[in-house]
Amino acid sequence: MTGLLSSRTARTAPRLPVRVAFRLARPPVSGVIRPRLVVVGVCLALAGFLVFCLGISVGEVPITLPEVMRSLVGAGDPGTDLIVHELRLPRATTGLLVGIAFGVSGALFQTMTLNPLASPDMIGITQGAGAAVVAGVVLGWDAGLSTQSLGLLGALATALLVYVLAWKRGTTGYRIVLVGIGVSWVCTSLTDYLMAYGGQFEAQASLGWLVGNLNGRDWNAVGPLAIALAVLVPVALLLGRWMRTLQLGDDVAKGLGTPVQAVRLATLVTGVGLIAFGTAAAGPVAFVALAAPQVAQRLARTAWPPPVAAGLTGAVMVLSADLLAREVVPGTELPVGVVTGVLGAPVLLWLLVRANRVGSGG
Amino acid sequence: MSSNPVHHTGPDLRAEGLRLAYDSRVVVDGLDVTIPPGRITAIVGANACGKSTLLRALARLLSPRAGSVRLDGHALHTIPTRELAQRLGILPQSPVAPEGLTVVDLVGRGRSPHQTWWRQWSKSDERAVHDALRATAMTDLADRPVDELSGGQRQRAWIAMAVAQGTPVLLLDEPTTYLDLAHQIDVLDLVKDLNRHEKRTVVMVLHDLNQACRYADHVIAMKAGAIAAEGAPAEVITAQTVEDVFGLRCLVATDPVSGTPMVVPVSRHHDTPGRPAAGAPAADTPDRPAAPASLG
Repeated sequence: MTGLLSSRTARTAPRLPVRVAFRLARPPVSGVIRPRLVVVGVCLALAGFLVFCLGISVGEVPITLPEVMRSLVGAGDPGTDLIVHELRLPRATTGLLVGIAFGVSGALFQTMTLNPLASPDMIGITQGAGAAVVAGVVLGWDAGLSTQSLGLLGALATALLVYVLAWKRGTTGYRIVLVGIGVSWVCTSLTDYLMAYGGQFEAQASLGWLVGNLNGRDWNAVGPLAIALAVLVPVALLLGRWMRTLQLGDDVAKGLGTPVQAVRLATLVTGVGLIAFGTAAAGPVAFVALAAPQVAQRLARTAWPPPVAAGLTGAVMVLSADLLAREVVPGTELPVGVVTGVLGAPVLLWLLVRANRVGSGG
Repeated sequence: MSSNPVHHTGPDLRAEGLRLAYDSRVVVDGLDVTIPPGRITAIVGANACGKSTLLRALARLLSPRAGSVRLDGHALHTIPTRELAQRLGILPQSPVAPEGLTVVDLVGRGRSPHQTWWRQWSKSDERAVHDALRATAMTDLADRPVDELSGGQRQRAWIAMAVAQGTPVLLLDEPTTYLDLAHQIDVLDLVKDLNRHEKRTVVMVLHDLNQACRYADHVIAMKAGAIAAEGAPAEVITAQTVEDVFGLRCLVATDPVSGTPMVVPVSRHHDTPGRPAAGAPAADTPDRPAAPASLG
């Protein structure tokens, strides 16, 4: 391609703006570093760690932050260790992991469908989990299956239903969104029916889960979620390379050698897995999967929802919301989903209004 | 048709017995075509004649119901996706970039078929992107979001992406759609540069016959899913073929700038006295259609 170049400009000092690269000769590893994304990620991680510790420090027995840190590294006194390790750490860890799961999952869905409003709460996955859990509680299936397994099964079954219904010699992001919205309403109606049909006690019990709740989470809630994240988050990051081309539309992506249908299915499975395990652990915490990727994208000023930053944003959101939920009304603990719903909606509206005024996502 | 099989100087792209359909609607049936290597080929024809469909099949965006598209002797579906993307690039009609995506990021994505999970920005990637930006005169706009550019600049950015992909064959589906005339010429000049300087085989679907004549070495005129005529512009674009393919009576003059055939349509309101009688158009002007006297 040299001939053309020399005809236009002298071929001196190759200069390519704003691309900071890292390259290793052996092994031949290379990539682009986006300084702003790195800074945003580090700040979010620090903020996440701070609210994580704050969440552990507040409660009936206040523990100072230095004591929390000491206890976390295993150097606290036995009394503090008991409260931190057995009571508060599981809850904080659940919040952290649920936030990451929802944030990453939202980023996957939004990139795959090319739609910032496509999140698992919009296309029926969370509603499916909700319907399954309510059905379990109201119809008495929960004797055999735990709430967690019911939520997981409900989410996976709904996702499969959406994918099958959206299939027409391949799927498109658009069809998945449309079908998902329909399925989501069916699940919501089912849930409402079951709540009305079921006894008041059962309805009350399932309502506590339906709004999204971190109250009384123990290590049993953390285990499956941690394993799911350990598997699915790396998969999500690996898919990132293909998502970049998928964002340009199916035809361009195919032309660039992207196995479009396989990538879309893998993305759906990964995103659904994350949301299913997250929802199983904490219920459908409203708005996190929708708002976290958008907040992260605007902070990092990228043209796509950056998955890592979205996960960290999700964690900060869930943990801060839980902190607020416990502190805002003295003596009562609000479910975390109520707080994310109340705070998340205005944040999202503000972002959308601001984006429209500026003219682009920046 | 295949007087020169496996051409050693360029990629050999051809289709044999091609049947293409959307659902049950057959658009193209039993079509054979050979793309001249190292040349610019323009596919022209009326709306819905199957020209974009043929291009999509050549780019394996559409799999044939029967027959096959072969690149250097191998059916497209037998070539691994990634390898094919290193040899054949496609720019679909009016692609859309996500909001806020910068030109350099867009062009960088053209390197995707050359990258792996661990090697995502090698020196050759950087060089190719850099060269593509220069070739399309987009270097100064590299940091700008694609959605904030003018239509012509935006199309150049997309072409830069296809250039960075570095494929010997480049397929373009109506690269001048929605561009004003100046930008159309700009984009077509760029395509010609890529062909002449970098020896890329180009196949493009074009609407404008005069532009097809100016920029293409080989013109394929399609009608109702079949090839009505193909060859050098001067052989294909005659009053007879245009009437046959487009159902349009016209005069074919010589383009005063390029010397290629220039189609001047006849309409109900502008019935030129000098034109050939309707239904019996100027039968054969074998070499180059001469400009009728009335046009000077």
